[in-house]
Amino acid sequence: MLTMVQSIADAQRVALEADESVLLLGEDIGKNGGVFRATEGLWKQFGSERVIDTPLSEAGIVGSALGLAMGGFKPIVEIQFLSFITPAFEQIVSHVARMRLRSQGTFSNSMVIRAPYGGGIGAPELHSDSTEAYFVHTPGLRVVVPSSPFTAKGLLLGAVECPDPVLFLEPLRLYRTQKEEVPADHYILPIDRAKVIKQGEDVTLIGWGAMISLLKEADQLLLEQDISAEIIDVQSLSPIDEVTIFESVKKTGRAVIVHEAPRTCGVGAEIAARLSEEVIDSLEAPIKRVAGYDVPYPLFALEHAYLPSTDKIVRAVMELVYFQ
Amino acid sequence: MLINHLLPCGALTDDGASFWLTLREQEKLDLLRLLRSVRLFDRRMVLWQRQGKIGTYAPIEGQEAAQVGSAYALDKTDWIFPSYREQGVAYTVGIPMTSVIQYWSGQIEGCKPPAGYRYVPPTVPIATQLPQAVGAAWAMKKRGETGIAIAYFGDGATSEGDFHEALNFASVYDLPVLFFCQNNGYAISVPFSEQSASKTVAERAAAYDMDAYQVDGNDVLAVYDVVKTARGKQRPVLIEAITYRTGAHTTADDASRYRSEEEVRIWLNRDPLYRYEQLCLSEGLLDEDELIQEDGQVTKQLDRAIREVEKYQPNLPMGLFQHVYHQIPECLKKQQEEVASYADNGSIHC
Repeated sequence: MLTMVQSIADAQRVALEADESVLLLGEDIGKNGGVFRATEGLWKQFGSERVIDTPLSEAGIVGSALGLAMGGFKPIVEIQFLSFITPAFEQIVSHVARMRLRSQGTFSNSMVIRAPYGGGIGAPELHSDSTEAYFVHTPGLRVVVPSSPFTAKGLLLGAVECPDPVLFLEPLRLYRTQKEEVPADHYILPIDRAKVIKQGEDVTLIGWGAMISLLKEADQLLLEQDISAEIIDVQSLSPIDEVTIFESVKKTGRAVIVHEAPRTCGVGAEIAARLSEEVIDSLEAPIKRVAGYDVPYPLFALEHAYLPSTDKIVRAVMELVYFQ
Repeated sequence: MLINHLLPCGALTDDGASFWLTLREQEKLDLLRLLRSVRLFDRRMVLWQRQGKIGTYAPIEGQEAAQVGSAYALDKTDWIFPSYREQGVAYTVGIPMTSVIQYWSGQIEGCKPPAGYRYVPPTVPIATQLPQAVGAAWAMKKRGETGIAIAYFGDGATSEGDFHEALNFASVYDLPVLFFCQNNGYAISVPFSEQSASKTVAERAAAYDMDAYQVDGNDVLAVYDVVKTARGKQRPVLIEAITYRTGAHTTADDASRYRSEEEVRIWLNRDPLYRYEQLCLSEGLLDEDELIQEDGQVTKQLDRAIREVEKYQPNLPMGLFQHVYHQIPECLKKQQEEVASYADNGSIHC
């Protein structure tokens, strides 16, 4: 039984063992094992040539990781918190995401950038943001989010094998809240597929990362009201597996999209737009979003008011079910 | 101390005279032919832009010695990370002229280096190629290769955060990377004196415990010498080549708005090509007739290259979608089909 943070460390151990070109780079990931212990034990096992404590220098880390990838290595980079990725933003959107295209397939840009993200744990200021939409808006980059210890290991190993650069977003709130059986071996989950994690008839609940636990809780409350919800874990925010979402909403006729990021131009807006383009004939009600508000992520005394909750999800579903 | 081998009049300094003795005749002639060809090529590019044959262009005139001299010291296995004003580097290491023309004609195919080359597509956002060069050098060191990575950039780039991050990384991990700054005096319109309170770029190296050279960038011999020496160190080195772009920032820029004719005249008198030609002529390596004849041959090659590029047929829809991901994702296929439908009915014109 592993927690998510343990399964992420385990995935990196397996990746380092399986492929000599894999390198880990990041701040405090070596001797300290990462501020969340997501690289626990790896420095000791693989040494400082492969598990590299870098200077505090996000653009330097990601930029040099790109050079290492071009030179045939497979970097797995840790950005300590997604909120701190912004100094590396230019390297990611202007170079990492484009090097394959710009060199017409000559130079590799294959790397994984891991970053813990999301709120709900009472973290200090600028430690809780969900800025996935910036990166989903960047063609050439893949964005993947696990929602459990089992999916975290399989998706992370899938990301490592992928020839494209992958931003791997790890929901902070799930790092230690659940334990499950995680195979000790190497296994891969596809990083371009959404997953129906519970079948239902009346409404499709769409989310990813930490929102999946919330959707499961909301589903229990909805069952008490005799409402049958289907739950989709999007997992791959970009490129998105729209077909799985379309098929579900065609069946249920209702969709609620739930994310922590601010509502405006969040990934939910894109999903809603695609649903309106592709399955409008099947819709029984408008598409609903339960999202963060269009305000900066609050200091934690107010984060409960900012974040999606089961109450907010249930209310949104009710509005759709009783829509006239 | 500014390293100088060849004076603006074409006379060698004492150091220059000793270096000259170490060169083979082939090297001496290569440098001359490269300098002349690069100038012809650059002037053609400006002309073609005026004629509407290519897009906006960033001329290099005045900086030929810095580019030819440094690139001539490189090995084919070295990683080269150019900025967008490095046509002289590209020409010297053997990137086809058609590729360079394609790039400035908005054709992505021009970014693809010939097989075996580690010549990275030109970097537009300032200084961002520096950390990447560090990574490429790191990869070489980890594999035990003897090559280096070289990053080309201008004086403006030294104000960017990526400049600091790259130099710091390179120094912390002791990586074989050359940071080659062409200090041409201006970042578009802003003079170096307003860019930096440090008097030189080279002195910044001290803060990183890194070797540095400041060299006359209009002196092809000194640049060649310095880069050859730096390359042999297999360590991080910062090189500042003092030069001047005698033209505008790009064909869309008017340099008379921010600098005086008098200043430009001073630098025209320090021309990198003239001084090396004077040396070669006085040494009897070639005569003027031979030079003119060779120019004619280069011009013919240039004309063939532009005609080749002008035959461009847009590759649609694949030109847009290929190489964005290693395979075209399912959800992009609809967009690809949409482009194909417009391309088929002739409503997309290029």
